[in-house]
Amino acid sequence: MQTPGHLTPAYSPQAAERLASMADVTASDAALRRFLHGLPGVDAVGLEGRAATLGTRSIKTTAKAYAIDLAISMIDLTTLEGADTPGKVRALCAKGVNPDPTDRTAPKVAAICVYPDMVKTAKEALDGSGIHVASVATAFPAGRAALPVKLADTADAVAAGADEIDMVIDRGAFLSGRYLQVFEEIKAVKAACARPDGTAAHLKVIFENGELATYDNIRRVSWLSMLAGADFIKTSTGKVAVNATPPNTLLMLEAVRDFRDATGVQVGVKPAGGIRTTKDAIKYLVMVNETLGAEWLTPEWFRFGASSLLNDLLMQRQKLSTGRYSGPDYVTVD
Amino acid sequence: MAFEYAPAPESRSVVDIAPSYGLFVDGEFRPAEDGKVFKTVSPSSEEVLSEVAQAGQSDVDAAVRAARKAFEKWSALPGAERAKYLFRIARIIQERSRELAVLESLDNGKPIRESRDADLPLVAAHFFYYAGWADKLGHAGFGSDPKPLGVAGQVIPWNFPLLMLAWKIAPALACGNTVVLKPAETTPLSALFFADICRQAGLPKGVVNILTGDGSTGAALVAHPDVNKVAFTGSTEVGKAIARTVAGTEKKLTLELGGKAANIVFEDAPIDQAVEGIVNGIFFNQGHVCCAGSRLLVQESVQDELLEALKRRMSTLRVGDPLDKNTDIGAINSAEQLARIKSLADSGEAEGAERWAPRCELPSTGYWFAPTLFTGVTQAHRIAREEIFGPVLSVLTFRTPAEAVEKANNTPYGLSAGIWTEKGSRILWMADKLRAGVVWANTFNKFDPTSPFGGYKESGFGREGGRHGLEAYLNV
Amino acid sequence: MSESRLGVFKTYKLFVGGKFPRSESGRVYEVTDPKGNWLANAPLASRKDARDAVVAARKAFGGWSGATAYNRGQILYRIAEMLEGRREQFVREVAEAEGLSRSKAAAVVDAAVDRWVWYAGWTDKIGQIAGAANPVAGPYFNLSTTEPTGVVAVLAPQESSFLGLVSVLAPVIATGNTAVVVTSERSPLPALSLGEVLATSDLPGGVVNVLSGKAAEMGPHLAAHGDVNAIDLTGADAELATALETAAADNLKRVLRPRDEDWSAEPGTDRLLAFLETKTVWHPIGV
Repeated sequence: MQTPGHLTPAYSPQAAERLASMADVTASDAALRRFLHGLPGVDAVGLEGRAATLGTRSIKTTAKAYAIDLAISMIDLTTLEGADTPGKVRALCAKGVNPDPTDRTAPKVAAICVYPDMVKTAKEALDGSGIHVASVATAFPAGRAALPVKLADTADAVAAGADEIDMVIDRGAFLSGRYLQVFEEIKAVKAACARPDGTAAHLKVIFENGELATYDNIRRVSWLSMLAGADFIKTSTGKVAVNATPPNTLLMLEAVRDFRDATGVQVGVKPAGGIRTTKDAIKYLVMVNETLGAEWLTPEWFRFGASSLLNDLLMQRQKLSTGRYSGPDYVTVD
Repeated sequence: MAFEYAPAPESRSVVDIAPSYGLFVDGEFRPAEDGKVFKTVSPSSEEVLSEVAQAGQSDVDAAVRAARKAFEKWSALPGAERAKYLFRIARIIQERSRELAVLESLDNGKPIRESRDADLPLVAAHFFYYAGWADKLGHAGFGSDPKPLGVAGQVIPWNFPLLMLAWKIAPALACGNTVVLKPAETTPLSALFFADICRQAGLPKGVVNILTGDGSTGAALVAHPDVNKVAFTGSTEVGKAIARTVAGTEKKLTLELGGKAANIVFEDAPIDQAVEGIVNGIFFNQGHVCCAGSRLLVQESVQDELLEALKRRMSTLRVGDPLDKNTDIGAINSAEQLARIKSLADSGEAEGAERWAPRCELPSTGYWFAPTLFTGVTQAHRIAREEIFGPVLSVLTFRTPAEAVEKANNTPYGLSAGIWTEKGSRILWMADKLRAGVVWANTFNKFDPTSPFGGYKESGFGREGGRHGLEAYLNV
Repeated sequence: MSESRLGVFKTYKLFVGGKFPRSESGRVYEVTDPKGNWLANAPLASRKDARDAVVAARKAFGGWSGATAYNRGQILYRIAEMLEGRREQFVREVAEAEGLSRSKAAAVVDAAVDRWVWYAGWTDKIGQIAGAANPVAGPYFNLSTTEPTGVVAVLAPQESSFLGLVSVLAPVIATGNTAVVVTSERSPLPALSLGEVLATSDLPGGVVNVLSGKAAEMGPHLAAHGDVNAIDLTGADAELATALETAAADNLKRVLRPRDEDWSAEPGTDRLLAFLETKTVWHPIGV
């Protein structure tokens, strides 16, 4: 196991050097296939059983207060609708900066997540707040476009000021076994995240677990993405039937843990889609806590992709501070 | 800042424990004839929970008499009517399951998460399952009209008090027998609460009799001349003594005894799930499990990787208050058992094995033992041969499947075994070769009322659970 | 009750997909007791109601067949509990429907409750007596297990409108099939009321669908339906049964022919086995 002193965040320049030591496994399609298929298998029943057991943890009082504020600070507050407008995005930004107008101690969210054409609006609205703007890209959510289009989509969002890019992988290529193509595409998008000043937008790689069908595939695509330079790995777009689940997220947590043990490079995890209640969010934090520990329990390394979750967290927060159950009339709707 | 879990205690107020309990004989609670009593304590706090009667010979006589008297009518009831009594019991257990779970955790020391999520659901399911057999015995493969044996004398251990009661009483009653059951000395309370459930269910008096007491009570019960069937779960040593007692009699005997199970991990195992299975295999119920995976046999090629992952996982185990909903490992059931675990663990060190335990603070009162791992263990070490019945795992290695089988079978016991590999044909090959009554593949410590359970060799004979479990209580 | 008080009649409806619709045809027919006194107007279900019921049954099949046997057993037992709680209602309805004395009707209802209990106990046992580990001559693990057939159309007995109905329905769903039941034509009311019990017993909607009307009208459509896997012809007369069995051959439905039945006798396992498939799995054994 690496000691924390040797850890390298995935987004730091040194990470690329560390990953270079794994270059042989990505040298060819065959080598990459051998490596990915050589990863330990995942027993579905056991994985789901472990996630369910962790889900029985009972988080009360001070622990709950801590978890609620932590969860709020980890939210990528998201609007990804065809009907999005600058007005809607500005309202969401205001909500992200100041989630509970009646209680200024409520923490702000981590990021606002929008489509590329809304990045500029969000960036202006969030100016000076410290909240990041995340943009989906690469022909989100299906990812069905030619590589130049995906790269242009990414570069456009970065140029508009996006701090973070949430790309989707080519699930079709992955499922048909063209692993190197998926790998190269992620690398290319990562390159497109670079800014002229030498810095880069952080890259989150969305797997769309619901379309990958097996846990073995999720483990493989986790490693593939991390080898290609993902700063974060993310469960889903939120646009399909199965999005983040406790077991598929637990599996990704195990993958980033094992990846750090193997390479020293630390990667973040973002479950997205379907996490709507405080109870759900706390289950995820418990999984992070007991699988990865405190080092990942920060917005830098763990995020929730969510929209309605925030209001439930705020209502639970109000309940803790007032002793009374709150209701939807006491949180803002944006 | 670390994410520290605040205490999350289950409410103790759901259970009302009386200051004293009598014996449950012929539908009524009564003191022991000689007035003897003993105390039952909570192993996590050493608090006295209640005082219960110590049954002597004349109490055993009275209970067997009551069971004999009740047998005539009970065995003559249509199976469908017996079934409905058992279904009632199953449903009342479901209704009162939280109360019983808290009681079990108080008296036994096991974590509420386990008594709530494992013991109680299995108890109710066991009654539900055997209820359904009561009117279907002719379909069970033992002839068209198999008969009950008569009075069953049943002695159960302290590790799963109510679950072991269910394993004994449910099939016995379904088949038309009546029972006298003796719960373990350190965990008498849930059986006494079960007596109250029999009352609520309207069970005819004398069908179930509960005698609390120590080993002498159990010895008197199994030796009683009017007992037709003896069922015992507990140590191999006592099991052998019982086998000698019933020798030469007509009594039918089933024994579910000790174990020293091998949990075998191959290099192609699903590693994360194997780690969970190892942890569940040995630390479930503080390792107070006869089928615990107490010997980890790991293929040498993955030894380092697996042990590192296992140690990391063990470091997250939460030891402490059994009633805290976040506790993974509760209290050792008794001072006596704690002393035995300590002595065996010390022998491990003395014989040269390397001891490791995660840093964990143990409460100052009560009986506690940290989850412990021994590496460098060989088949010759006591900790590889003797049943520790505590949260202590002995790690051995192997190179080939044949060597794994050889080591796994190299024990007088044969209750259970575990196999971890993604290769199906190897699972079946291993299962074929292992001399054990239950073989788990890519899982461990799974129980179900439909699934027969029991041992080979000195782990006992007879099966509990499933269709097979009926045989022990039928005249076949 | 005061003699001046006017009673409130119940509108009897079909039970399809967990809901209580009227017949899409808008038709009803007069139901009387054996002496000809009016009891109620029952829906006269149509071919299209049968079609909707099959859709509902198919939709429910995945969840119900995938539920654990233990879970199904608990739900069947819950049906018995709920039925016991409405015993008086069913005694009255059975007495009126079949012209029985109160005590005889009570015995019928009690037997029906017990029949649910009987089958509740079978859900997790039938596979244990009908399955097998087969000692094939070779290095193979070979295990035969039972699986439900699928959607089963049931023409319920015409005479025993309640005990008979329960006796043909319970074994179908105990093993994980879903059912479309056509009630006794002359005495549909106890069966329609049973739908109300099923709806409040944790039974998922669509597992049982109850249609009142004519077996001769709906039977041919169910027997010929491509998405029905089996048909129980108990409620068909000899001529209809032959026609339906012939129609059922088109997609090789499993057919249970009508026969002499004593509904008060203890059922064996044949109604359970009639709607089960056997699946045998081979797997090599080797290092």
